[in-house]
Amino acid sequence: MTVTHDKFGRPIVVVTGMGVVTSLGAGKTDNWTKLTAGESGIRTITRFPIDGLKTTMAGTVDFVPVEPFSSTVLGEKLADIATEEAIAQAGIGRKGDFPGPLFLAVAPVELEWLPRQELARATGANTAIDYDALLRVSGGGRFTHYHNRFQFGSVADHLAETFGTKGSPISLSTACASGASAIQLGVEAIRRGEADAALCVATDGSVNAEALIRFSLLSALSTQNDPPQASAKPFAKNRDGFVMAEGAGALVLESYQSAVARGAAILGVVAGCGELADSFHRTRSSPDGKPIIGCIKKTLADAGLGVEQIDYINAHGTGTPENDKMEYLGISSMFGERASTIPVSSNKSMVGHTLSAAGAVEAIFSLLTLEHQRIPPTINYDVPDPAIPLDVVPNKARDARVTAVMSNSFGFGGQNASLILTREPV
Amino acid sequence: MADTETQRKQPAEAWITGIGLATSLAEGLDAHWDALAQRRVNADATSFAPYIVHPLAPLSFDQQIPKKGDQRQMEAWQRIGTYAAGLALDSAGIKGNTEILSRTDMIVAAGGGERDLAVDSAVLNSEAQGDSPPGALNDRLMNDLRPTLFLAQLSNLLAGNIAIVHGVTGSSRTFMGEEEAGVDAARIALARIAAGQSDIALIGAAQNGERKDLLMLYEFGDFNLKDNYAPVFARGPKGGFALGSGGAFLVIESKAHAQARGAKPFARLTNVVADMSRRRAPGDITMSMDKLWAQLGPLHDNTAIITGATGAEPATSEEAAFLRAHPDHPVRATGTAFGHVMEAQFPLGIALAALSLSRGGLFPPNDPSGLEIETPKAPDQIVVIGAGHWRGEGMALVEAIR
Repeated sequence: MTVTHDKFGRPIVVVTGMGVVTSLGAGKTDNWTKLTAGESGIRTITRFPIDGLKTTMAGTVDFVPVEPFSSTVLGEKLADIATEEAIAQAGIGRKGDFPGPLFLAVAPVELEWLPRQELARATGANTAIDYDALLRVSGGGRFTHYHNRFQFGSVADHLAETFGTKGSPISLSTACASGASAIQLGVEAIRRGEADAALCVATDGSVNAEALIRFSLLSALSTQNDPPQASAKPFAKNRDGFVMAEGAGALVLESYQSAVARGAAILGVVAGCGELADSFHRTRSSPDGKPIIGCIKKTLADAGLGVEQIDYINAHGTGTPENDKMEYLGISSMFGERASTIPVSSNKSMVGHTLSAAGAVEAIFSLLTLEHQRIPPTINYDVPDPAIPLDVVPNKARDARVTAVMSNSFGFGGQNASLILTREPV
Repeated sequence: MADTETQRKQPAEAWITGIGLATSLAEGLDAHWDALAQRRVNADATSFAPYIVHPLAPLSFDQQIPKKGDQRQMEAWQRIGTYAAGLALDSAGIKGNTEILSRTDMIVAAGGGERDLAVDSAVLNSEAQGDSPPGALNDRLMNDLRPTLFLAQLSNLLAGNIAIVHGVTGSSRTFMGEEEAGVDAARIALARIAAGQSDIALIGAAQNGERKDLLMLYEFGDFNLKDNYAPVFARGPKGGFALGSGGAFLVIESKAHAQARGAKPFARLTNVVADMSRRRAPGDITMSMDKLWAQLGPLHDNTAIITGATGAEPATSEEAAFLRAHPDHPVRATGTAFGHVMEAQFPLGIALAALSLSRGGLFPPNDPSGLEIETPKAPDQIVVIGAGHWRGEGMALVEAIR
């Protein structure tokens, strides 16, 4: 008899479909090939003028055309592409009729500069353009499409209609942990028995001038622009910030029971999820590392695994001086002596930081690591940081026996979330 | 412990043990109850004319956000929310209780923060002068944007501020998506508690409605109420909503958890259901509401209804059709007195339902439409309705604990 529930009596949650888009390309095959070849998707920005900017590169997805450019539209298109791939692989439901709820990690939606400039032109004025002037031309139906486009729920609304997910779709943000939170919400729904399947999607198309400048003003971004491919340097001593990037990841989660019953191929298991909020600071982690340590502990407990059973860590690894130091503190506190030998690599060295999408994109790369038994490298690792003595799988992918991966995601606002992914039910 | 979640045969009962309200009407529960009893409405037709808004009642943020430095790091929507969240924790008796707060699960429904209107205007004016070289926008934003403004705009930073100011750290999730984000925050918190995935949760939302950038977003769809204030169901064929300022937060916990710490409940949160109809044909919203009503569980003939009907059309007319089909149920529309607080409208409805049940009576009607009937009876059930102005329908069943 097949065991369908875990040791806590909860339905086992498996992955039966995955789709991914990053600056490296569209689809799992292309992404995995380039990721394990150590290629970078970071390039000099051509989408908007870079004059006067301290950071001029990003992991933009330029092969998906959006004209005129809109971050929200790009995010929606990336989500479409990743979701198509995931549902096709899962072979679940019928076209436009996905048999479960949608959990969408999405960047906060806001009116962008091109529409704002269009409104300014509509005022017909060339002086004294203020919000009163803009308000006078906003109504009357001429800009109704901007109301619909810039609702926070608009991307989820589109996905729910396109893919026919059931019930009220949830749009969520836990900043740079959003992708992991979307997966966690799906896992919880299946464990509660509310759904046999859930569609968990995370997307981000945020590389526009204002978004880049916001991060730049917080001194969060790498400014080593030349060459752009060498800018993202997680865990290296000369790391100087993260690199903004775009992408999407989509996962079809199912109860093991339902996946087996319909004969679906099982790509991996979401064995555990954990989260813990940090009350220390809006952008910085508590210096004692307790929230990150607590998050990892909760995730292990949720999976019912011991720390010795984890054999690869897919790091948050943003390449900011602060994150990588704090993540090392968390890992070393939890893993003890093994911290220096367990492989820990950062996909962000190649695809950049896909922000709201990162947790899902990296969960997919973790599952591909399990499938191929090969660990993608941390590239641009030329100057080791003696304060972070980790095996970061420097610069070259490595074959390894991997049975359980921990994937970490941390974000502004004290967001910490981790996932444990395994090949087989544990 | 939530960590040892197991398959339970019976879902855990969830109690509402804390309510925090800071709105255009008042601050705190007694003041709200009095204002509702007096049928007060705080609507401002001049400050943002021709748009009507419901401005925040005067309050001292120091009471809940003692550090000025914290207040400076927030924009108004975050200050209102952090304040209301603090009131809810006080009300539940867990403020400062590190042991409980460190495992309290937080779900905030949020939009985004205020823009810097002066910076936006300066950019647009210089572009209109026609002398903007490539990169002029970059220069303006690099030089003029306050570095920390981003943190006051990010949706998840209301939750972040609540964690920092009040120490709520069990978990922190932010749902987005206008009115339905508020519904889903309650729905997911309840589902997790019922299944034993969580013992105690803080949920809620806040809005600053006194914002031209927000008015603009809704003006695109001609949703703003203009010129003359009217109660929600008396706004004519074009309808419209008046943005309100306010925050509504709730502490929800399992009955067992509440009893173990000796907490007194306001009411039971029995069920929360939600759906999103495509709204293609007239009647779609009414039909969606019929379906949700049927999912709530056994309802009495005189169950009261507190609705967050926005005033926007056609949603409000379709909801009125649903309500007219349930004529024996006394209705109260929160939009009349509070305006539309968007993500916070549904948590506000649950808060007022729980308050009414705990005080043994429904507050008086405040609408001439005939939907809001007087009732001498103390309801023992209140259904809270939240239909979005554009998308999404939700309902909650709140019941008296006797």
